[in-house]
Amino acid sequence: MAPREPLSFAQQLDRLEEIVRRLESQDLNVDLDEALKLFEEGVERLREARERLTAAEAQVKQVLADRAGNFKVEDFDA
Amino acid sequence: MGPGLDLFAAVAPEGAWTVSQVTRRARALVEGGLEPLWVRGEISGFKAWQSGHWYFTLRDRGAQIRCVMFQKDNRRLPTAPADGLQVFVFARPTVWEEKGEFRLTVADLLSTEAGGLWQLAFEKAKAALAKDGLLDPARKRPLPPYPLRIALVTSPDGAALRDIIAVAGRRWPVAELLVVPTRVQGDGAEDEICAALGLVCRIEGLDLVIIGRGGGSREDLWTFNHERVARAVAALPVPVVSAVGHETDVTLCDLVADLRAPTPSAAAESATPDRGDVLAELDHLGVRLARALGGRSGRMAERLARGFDRLTGALERRLERHGHELAGLAGRLDALSPLKILDRGYAVARDRQGRVLKHVAQFTDGLPFRLRVTDGDVAARAGES
Repeated sequence: MAPREPLSFAQQLDRLEEIVRRLESQDLNVDLDEALKLFEEGVERLREARERLTAAEAQVKQVLADRAGNFKVEDFDA
Repeated sequence: MGPGLDLFAAVAPEGAWTVSQVTRRARALVEGGLEPLWVRGEISGFKAWQSGHWYFTLRDRGAQIRCVMFQKDNRRLPTAPADGLQVFVFARPTVWEEKGEFRLTVADLLSTEAGGLWQLAFEKAKAALAKDGLLDPARKRPLPPYPLRIALVTSPDGAALRDIIAVAGRRWPVAELLVVPTRVQGDGAEDEICAALGLVCRIEGLDLVIIGRGGGSREDLWTFNHERVARAVAALPVPVVSAVGHETDVTLCDLVADLRAPTPSAAAESATPDRGDVLAELDHLGVRLARALGGRSGRMAERLARGFDRLTGALERRLERHGHELAGLAGRLDALSPLKILDRGYAVARDRQGRVLKHVAQFTDGLPFRLRVTDGDVAARAGES
């Protein structure tokens, strides 16, 4: 089983939403330098999220258990 | 002894019949003379033995017959019938030789009440689930908005699986679909489903489970009404969408799931977002991101401009203050002007060439000179007094 991304897609979108909201807020504690950093992170996360969506190719696998109770994942031909 | 009865014609070759011979003969006669038939009656004295066989009596007002229903036949039924239940049995009349007992060997049993045994079993299991709080609406979990790994518990060659894969693949190819194959009907299907659900619990990083099958007869769908199956579904660590049969079929599996979908296709649809929609949402976030930074740098520029205004203001005020200081200085300079001294009554003496005469020696006798007083010149001449 492939290791999971450290940030799930949903978390990534949440972070993106948070960045946009902080930039949109009137919070003047965020100085221009920080705002630029947030913007850069936002752009990066947008790019990643978009890649995750567009690069994906529908994958169908099947999970089979053997007598010992171990299970393996194989490609599934629908 | 009646006249028509020939006592000795009934003697067997050995002299007398054995009990076994009689019962065997009776059994052959009964089985040969009565084809398997449907019998209607009321259940009484029901007993299920350890072996799994059922024993009961079927009766009406006037008579009763002992019945047996073997485990191989009764296992297909949803539940055991209760005493007092009106049933139809499909049975073969026979004689149980060991006890010399006339009885019915029951192959099938149907309740005559609406829904009958199925309804009874359903209500019984449902009550048990409700008692444990498994039907509580508060248990229902929201589905993850962007599932990336979805387990499909269904028959590997059913239409349901094809439908789910088609819909999920079209809407949300981002997700990995893991088929956990199991039989969904027939003897022992409930065991297979429970085993498959046990396997599902061990899949890492799973976001969602879809369990279901396409339409079928009530018997076909019954697997999903087993209390054990329902409990295994309720025990899943991630949200479950259940779609068993068609819109009108509601199973216990549907009732304990986090969401019940009317069909397998609908299950796939409600379990996945549409990729196009999510991409549009990303675009929108991108626009907001750019606009937010633009707005923020605009505000920064504004603040800079305001800062500049304040700076120039301060400079101006400062210059103004300096202006006052200069004016004061000028006043002080003015006070030092010689004309101001003349104001106070002093006079300046100059010769014709305009040179200031400051010493006595410069005033030779008869020297004409001019005296500058505050409002003009006067002619004067030096002389002995």
